[in-house]
Amino acid sequence: VERDFTKQKVRWGERIMEGLLFAAAAVAVAIVLGIVYVVVSESTKFFAQVSVIEFLTSTTWTPLFDNPQYGIAPLLTGTFMSTLVALAVAVPLGLLVAIYLSEFASARTRETIKPTLELLAAVPTVVYGYFALLFVTPLLQRALAPMGIELPSFNLLSAGMVMGLMIIPYIASLSEDAMRAVPRSMRDGSYAMGATRLETAFRVVVPAAVSGVLGAVILGMSRAIGETMIVVVAGGQQPQMVTAPTQQGATVTAFMAQVALGDLPFGTLEYNSIFAAGLALLVLTLAFNFVAFWLQRRFREAY
Amino acid sequence: MNILKSVAIAAVASLAMTGAAVAQQAFTIQVDGSSTVFPISEAVAEAFQQQTQGRVRVAVGESGSSAGLRKFCRGEIHIADASRPIRGSEMATCRAAGIGFVEIPVAFDGLSVVVHPSNPMNSITVAQLRQIWSQGSGVNNFRAVGGPDLQMQLFGPGSASGTFEYFTEAVNGTARSSRTDYTPSEDDNVLVQGVASNPGGMGYFGLAYYEENRSRLKALAIDGGNGPVHPSRETVENGTYQPLSRPIFIYVNAAALRRPQVQQFVQFYINNAARYSAQVGYIPLPTAAYQTYLQRAQRRQQGTAFGGRALIGASISEVLARPLVLEEVQR
Repeated sequence: VERDFTKQKVRWGERIMEGLLFAAAAVAVAIVLGIVYVVVSESTKFFAQVSVIEFLTSTTWTPLFDNPQYGIAPLLTGTFMSTLVALAVAVPLGLLVAIYLSEFASARTRETIKPTLELLAAVPTVVYGYFALLFVTPLLQRALAPMGIELPSFNLLSAGMVMGLMIIPYIASLSEDAMRAVPRSMRDGSYAMGATRLETAFRVVVPAAVSGVLGAVILGMSRAIGETMIVVVAGGQQPQMVTAPTQQGATVTAFMAQVALGDLPFGTLEYNSIFAAGLALLVLTLAFNFVAFWLQRRFREAY
Repeated sequence: MNILKSVAIAAVASLAMTGAAVAQQAFTIQVDGSSTVFPISEAVAEAFQQQTQGRVRVAVGESGSSAGLRKFCRGEIHIADASRPIRGSEMATCRAAGIGFVEIPVAFDGLSVVVHPSNPMNSITVAQLRQIWSQGSGVNNFRAVGGPDLQMQLFGPGSASGTFEYFTEAVNGTARSSRTDYTPSEDDNVLVQGVASNPGGMGYFGLAYYEENRSRLKALAIDGGNGPVHPSRETVENGTYQPLSRPIFIYVNAAALRRPQVQQFVQFYINNAARYSAQVGYIPLPTAAYQTYLQRAQRRQQGTAFGGRALIGASISEVLARPLVLEEVQR
């Protein structure tokens, strides 16, 4: 009996399942497109009344006051400063934790530490905010006073440091996964050359996992850029050009939260300013993700 | 067969009855608006639902005075909570949509100006407050307003809040006109913390938050031209604490007041406003005022006593004496 293999029976059950799975994946894309659409169309209304040049060059952000100025720069400096402080805390700590867990810890230790660490990411951020304001800030004030630095009770240093604590699990957990994915043979090769465990960890495993580590750092950074409640509570919310972490400042997200929580009529220029700020944030994160994508490809090591 | 028939009838009847019960329960009084008024409305709504044993449901939202009145003028809600009188433009929108409103002040909200307890100042004039808070002000030391030689650190509500709007209009003369270099927060607890932890701290927020934190803060007496007056329930009620106390409102859809459930709820609201406003930290109106507003609700008298503008520094007896209007009164 000859069978025609080019004409297979259509399996409808499978087709339907495939369609459902595709729809599930498409929802994510559709939501992203929807968000972009809303943000762009609402900010168009804003930019119909405010010039893009003022938005990008002015150094004063007072959209809700009597004599409004619309310069996004103060909010961006606030976001950059708090993110920088957060990364300064989270990258070294997160990487050390990842190296320990992947290269030195026993399986049992790892199985205890990793879930505990991940709990850090489960703490509500408003709790972190008050932790920064009521615990970390007074501590820093006492620590910095002997150095002649007078820390105001709202500042980006304390907010950024606590934000760093929050993103440690992201960086540690993902970096550890990347390091564990480095093949056993490479470590064996390193030991065969007479390298110690420490040398193997820092000179073989970390460079080999650098693409995954970068991905982890970028994810942590995106999380820090988007973080809202910690800076709203502990950062000060005063939009000014931030040049030092000891200053107070507002971030893009803090401003958006302030307006969203407030009492402004929907659809006004003041209200639409949050969409313009949101657009700036969206463009910024998109740019970072492109850079990250490029870096990851550039440094990818395939085995 | 007969048995089957009666079972079927019983089933249909019981279905119909559940349907009727559902229909009866489905009526929900929609309340939305100011987050300042929200705590009172919420407390009243809860007590009312308990009293009526769930026959009438009341849903209370807090999307802000402006958002609440916008929904109100679209006919989406029965009652709008507002921390300010209805504006001329909103009255026009309502009128265009054919929606009449009954204005009912429910309590007073007072603002307090607070400093650190170690600050020797006890009072401040409105002119001095304006000197500190006006747009472009460079005052950074208490010396400039007759206080000690002490660096100032200023705190205030976020510029999106009704409190900011009220304070700037009352003190600086123009709503939203303010210096910008102070620490803002929508969270009053953050402001309390800011002033309480800085010897040079100064800030303003609702009187209720000062009363809850008396031990950590000092409220300044305000001199509006007739000598300094300390903020308290008495001085707000008798209208002497000026210009930083204001009435807060509910606006009721006049057509909805014909519904027995809404009428019953509004009467319950007015009869219990004194009790619940005190419970959540506001200052009740004088008893006579509640009497007048109860009659106003029963008779569905429409219009505002405020002429479509914010009214700074009015005592309740003044407001009661004003005629109700349906259009913005030109200055």
